[in-house]
Amino acid sequence: MSSNKKYWKSVEELNKDNSSMIEALKHKEFVQEIPIDEFLGDKDTLESSSTTRRDFLKYVGFSTAAASLAACEGPVIKSIPYVVQPEQIIPGIANYYATAIANGHDFASILVKTREGRPIKIENNNLASSHGNANARVNASVLDLYDSLRVAQPKKDGEDSSWDEFDTDTTQKLNALRDSGKEIVLLTQTFASPSTSRLISEFKEKYGNVRHVVYDAISESAAIEAYQNKYGERGLANYDFSKATTIVSIGADFLGDWQGGGFDAEYAKGRVPKHGKMSRHIQFESNMSLTGANADKRVPLTPSQQKVTLAKLYSKIIGSSVSGNLPAHIDEAVSNAASELIKAGSNGVVVAGIQDVNAQAIILAINEKLGSKAFDTKSPIKTRQGDDKAVTKLVADMKAGTIGAIIMSGVNPMYTLPNASEFAEGLQNTELSVTFSMKEDETSSLTQYIAAAPHYLESWGDVEIIKGQYGLMQPTIRPLFDTRQFQDALLMWNGSDVSYHDYIKTNWENTILNGSSWNTALHDGVFVGSTTATENTVETSEVSEEANTSVDEEARVLASATSNGFELTLYPKTGMGDGQQANNPWLQEFPDPLTRTTWDNYVTVSEADANELGLKNTHVATGALNGSYANITANGVTVKAPVIIQPGQAKGTIGLSFGYGRTTGLKAEMQTGVNAYTLYNDFNTVQNVTIEVALGEHEFACVQLQNTLMGRGDIIHETTLEVFNSKDHREWNPMPQVSKDHVMIDVTSPDANLWTEFDSSIGHHFNLSIDLNACTGCGACIIACHTENNVPVVGKEEVRRSRDMHWLRIDRYYSSEDTFNNDNEKKDNSKGLGNTLTAFAELENPSENPQVAFQPIMCQHCNHAPCETVCPVAAISHGRQGQNQMIYNRCVGTRYCANNCPYKVRRFNWFLYNENDEFDFHMNDDLGRMVINPDVVVRSRGVMEKCSMCIQITQKTILDAKRDGREVKPNEFKTACSAACSSGAMVFGDINNEHDDIVGLKDDDRAYHLLESVGTKPNVVYQTLVRNTNEA
Amino acid sequence: MLFLCEIFITKYCSICMKKSYQSLEGNSTNDMKQVTHRNLITRLILSGLILLLTYSTAFAQGDPVTGKILFNTNCAACHNLDKKMTGPALRGVEARLSDDQGLDRDWINAWIRNSSAVIKSGDAYAVKIYAEYNNAAMTAMPQLSDEDIDNILAYTAQEKVAPSGGGEIATTQTSGGQNKGGISNELILGALAILFMLLALGLIMVNKTLRRFANANNIDIPEEGQRKSLWKAFIKNQFLLLVITIFFLLTSAYYVFGYLMQIGVDQGYQPVQPIHFSHKIHAGDNKIDCKFCHSSARVSKTSGIPSLNVCMNCHKSIYEYTGETTAEYTKEFYDAEIMKLYKAVGWSDEDQQYTGETQPIKWVRIHNLPDFVYYNHSQHVTVAGLECQTCHGPVETMEEVYQYSPLTMVWCLDCHKKTNLKTKGNAYYTKIHEELAKKYGVDKFTVKDNGGLECGKCHY
Repeated sequence: MSSNKKYWKSVEELNKDNSSMIEALKHKEFVQEIPIDEFLGDKDTLESSSTTRRDFLKYVGFSTAAASLAACEGPVIKSIPYVVQPEQIIPGIANYYATAIANGHDFASILVKTREGRPIKIENNNLASSHGNANARVNASVLDLYDSLRVAQPKKDGEDSSWDEFDTDTTQKLNALRDSGKEIVLLTQTFASPSTSRLISEFKEKYGNVRHVVYDAISESAAIEAYQNKYGERGLANYDFSKATTIVSIGADFLGDWQGGGFDAEYAKGRVPKHGKMSRHIQFESNMSLTGANADKRVPLTPSQQKVTLAKLYSKIIGSSVSGNLPAHIDEAVSNAASELIKAGSNGVVVAGIQDVNAQAIILAINEKLGSKAFDTKSPIKTRQGDDKAVTKLVADMKAGTIGAIIMSGVNPMYTLPNASEFAEGLQNTELSVTFSMKEDETSSLTQYIAAAPHYLESWGDVEIIKGQYGLMQPTIRPLFDTRQFQDALLMWNGSDVSYHDYIKTNWENTILNGSSWNTALHDGVFVGSTTATENTVETSEVSEEANTSVDEEARVLASATSNGFELTLYPKTGMGDGQQANNPWLQEFPDPLTRTTWDNYVTVSEADANELGLKNTHVATGALNGSYANITANGVTVKAPVIIQPGQAKGTIGLSFGYGRTTGLKAEMQTGVNAYTLYNDFNTVQNVTIEVALGEHEFACVQLQNTLMGRGDIIHETTLEVFNSKDHREWNPMPQVSKDHVMIDVTSPDANLWTEFDSSIGHHFNLSIDLNACTGCGACIIACHTENNVPVVGKEEVRRSRDMHWLRIDRYYSSEDTFNNDNEKKDNSKGLGNTLTAFAELENPSENPQVAFQPIMCQHCNHAPCETVCPVAAISHGRQGQNQMIYNRCVGTRYCANNCPYKVRRFNWFLYNENDEFDFHMNDDLGRMVINPDVVVRSRGVMEKCSMCIQITQKTILDAKRDGREVKPNEFKTACSAACSSGAMVFGDINNEHDDIVGLKDDDRAYHLLESVGTKPNVVYQTLVRNTNEA
Repeated sequence: MLFLCEIFITKYCSICMKKSYQSLEGNSTNDMKQVTHRNLITRLILSGLILLLTYSTAFAQGDPVTGKILFNTNCAACHNLDKKMTGPALRGVEARLSDDQGLDRDWINAWIRNSSAVIKSGDAYAVKIYAEYNNAAMTAMPQLSDEDIDNILAYTAQEKVAPSGGGEIATTQTSGGQNKGGISNELILGALAILFMLLALGLIMVNKTLRRFANANNIDIPEEGQRKSLWKAFIKNQFLLLVITIFFLLTSAYYVFGYLMQIGVDQGYQPVQPIHFSHKIHAGDNKIDCKFCHSSARVSKTSGIPSLNVCMNCHKSIYEYTGETTAEYTKEFYDAEIMKLYKAVGWSDEDQQYTGETQPIKWVRIHNLPDFVYYNHSQHVTVAGLECQTCHGPVETMEEVYQYSPLTMVWCLDCHKKTNLKTKGNAYYTKIHEELAKKYGVDKFTVKDNGGLECGKCHY
């Protein structure tokens, strides 16, 4: 029998008095009536309306028909020629100008490609003897010019103002302050500019009580101070890693932004095995950095252990005795490193990223002792001048109210200072506050005046990156807005009526050029002078007390370093730097070389710590990555950040990157991540923190989920220098074989070929070689490709759905065992189904300290391309020049080709990414679209796209030769990525031209093709990765 | 690859586009009035001059025909006979100088050969002229002999041929003629229509009359049942119906396909341009080379619409149209178009200087390739050495340019299939030519043989 139990869904049902609602719910699924009656029930309105149903349908029908008819008419396109065509501009032809970037974080001499007066791309300046290479951020900086959120004119108290008003107001106030004797402060970025320094000293002379404080958002103050103590000049020792055979780095990410960066090209030169030799690189570090990933031997350790390591290394090399506690394996590694360094002698070099004057002094002492050839103290690097103590003092003085005026340029202290609230308080106490800024950002929105500043591509300037090596900055476009650069304002305040251009020219002719031609220097963008011309305008803070203590003593202090709790290491991310370019969608979507994560920063935690703390990374069904949140507390400040478990992270340490968590002056989509500067106490990148799990789960946009190589040696061929030198290349760079008539033959042999071969021996045949030894994973090529080929930005949500559009990606693989070779052995030795399955499962987990390999992947331009055969509309075809040609206008979007591509390099336009409010990035506004390359079509929705091997560039090179009636010069062919690659890892060329470098590289012993066994015969060739595992 | 530019400043066109644009056509009538008005004044002055000349022709002893050639090569860039330009109007200059200023031939010779020296010497009239013409000294012409100067002065001493006014008469005549033709056609058509109507009326009346006779004579008119049965038979004949339906469908499919293939093909597109620029006058009558104005076609992917400063190279001195006219295109019409140019470029014809107020011209683009097609003019013009007319048709005969070629892919490829590569004398092709010659065993190759049909060569 049925029971009498009453099942209820809600207490309401038990309440008999109030059952009407329950009844209503029972009978009607949708309780609310459709408001049909309101409309149809009102008879009066209906009858009085003259529109009958038929009329309504007629109108609908007519308007539809009219709209479709109107759509048939072609648009009238207007063409507007110049009234007076500038002499240099021929429409359709690109002009190049040499200039320099010096934004306080990145310094480089570069070339700017302009079309019809619009800068559209940044390229390397090969005339520069150093710092002539654009990294990913510099490559992307052209887009900052077209930022729609730029300040278009000066502002006063948040209201639009004019320069006249600005001039009168500020001059008046400055004069009043001069008379009252209150201090005027110039708080600036590092300019490293001879002319600006001169201007500032003139400003000081005129106004008397002026203090110039240089502020680097990410400080190198300790190293500068150590250098100053030893050599009496504010600068940073220069290193040329191509001259070193043994490189030991203790926490220095010198392939990243360590001491201003720009060392990677020289480093890469020494990494390519030549005549059986290559440099050996040992890295001691806590975060997994780009440098650690490239090292031959990487020792994970905590920041306090780094100090001990350095002290011990010092004692072993110098011969003094320093006692310190280190775990046995680290101690052994230190001893080995020391003996290798001693053996290398002047070919060795040691660098450290420890933010400590003692440590930096020891580094100088060690390198001096070694007599290192790679170590240059005569021409120091000038790109970091910031003085922490001066900044701290300034904030205190501002709070105390002794500062009358503060004029800022190139800095954003409200974002980058940990004690930003104190700075804000101090700002209230000043009588005049001015910010020269391109944006209404965290700082400028709080100051009285925003002096709208131009982008560096609209400015004049000069820069002394390395002592005696100068660069000139020239405008490549007329200022887009009503802006004025800081230097022009200084000239105005100084009462001078010359333009900054004339000022630089005079200054150069008087002090730098020494009779050489100004025009030549401007044309080249670089000039090597005999003397330095940058005056020191900064009062150096009192010489540190430790200056007189002996280095031995310093080492002893270091060796006693201990720590309890977690140690956080803050670092600048490859794609974001110090965060001033946070509104740049290219950089936001740039995948971090190591975590392959976009649109975020995060706490990196070692797997062991994560397990202990209960922090998790999970993959959801769509393949996207989720991570737990963690609260990190240092000095009472707590930051809630998502967690990524980072293989190779030293136990007991965590990492967090700068540059994210901006809130003002950028679009909503770009307001990603958390602000790590709030933890950057005392300008020390290492902080003692506590970490605990926080509620919630973070959704990452990670482009590579496959973490490990799993012993698939056919993807990355890797060997050691010893094997490379001693064995036949078929052993360490094996060719896959196939059985034919029970005889094993190479897959590349013509007998193993099912296809009809086409003759491509006439004309050009392009190949691209990628050297896995030289590739540091810096990602400059990714942004260069983005810029050149109008690759759209899709946003975090779409990246999370694996719909990123990067034509070129750099895959990163971890080894599951300590080395990739151990992975291979493990895979080969596992026998039996059960064992193999277990082994494979284990291979999916990266080791605690894995080896890392970077592999740039773009369309491989297979001569036997699987994509071409499956296209139902023949939208892909193969050119006789070796390029696999994707024809967008023919493509109907079946995506068969992407399914059939073994390299997964094809990208599908799921949406219209331009002029679409759903994707409000640069392609959605007129200003941002000015960066588009007019030689490459902007793809539409529903179309497949991929790397074209820059066919627009190769075709142009050919046409230039035809027009000049000459042969193509050796190595004249370039692609955007190969031109952007400063390390020489990417070499492009014509294999039918025996003078091109590519001919030798294609047949090199190290050369192999990706997935050779598939028989696709790619035109992209990789060079086997060789590691120098020879311990001395 | 590097171009030096110390002060390099320009802005993307679109910024300029934002400037408000005043319709040029809107003001054209106004301009025309001004022009005629001023012409009247100049004419009055001229007639005075001519009067003067009748007394002064005795001065010139040279050959005016040779003088005209010399004048056009050496002087015409800055001087006009009857109009003040960069330099003064020169008709009757010798007489004028001698009568008004008392300056003789020696002075003129000295001035022509080295005017700045005359100015430096402190000559009062020379200094005055120098100041009047914006302190621009005349280019020294030491190469001119005494005889040359004689000839030139003889040419300048010639009386002005009075404007015949024939143009206007011709206009009325031709337009009258046209009107006549129009009326006569209509008359004939009207007469024919009336004739046919009368015929039809007649037939109906005859029919009516016959029927009345028949009725009167009691004759039965048989009913026409035959026709209906034919229609029914046709409906019943399903085979015939099927065949006809299929035929009908095929025909319509053929035409629909043809229609659809037309979409986006704008052959013959001839939009109205803001300035009626006659290629017929420039390229046809005056035989100016296409690439003289469209100079970037030699080096760039675009042929380039000439910037207005290029127009002003010539139009600074050519302020009126002097060629043949028709009823539609009168001298006033063309002069007004030149005025539009002056307005756009900001040239004051009265003051002979630029005002700085410019109005970029918004030409309507005729040849529109889709965004996904890459076409490079220099490849075809410089490398292949093609004539512009190959694709653009007889532009030199076009009063207004229209799209001559269909610009479809078939049209491109047809040409690529049959056109031979121009390899001779181009070092780029030497090696490729050799290899291709060996491979195909022939000496000449089409663009196709060199990969000219590959999709990616034009689509990227």
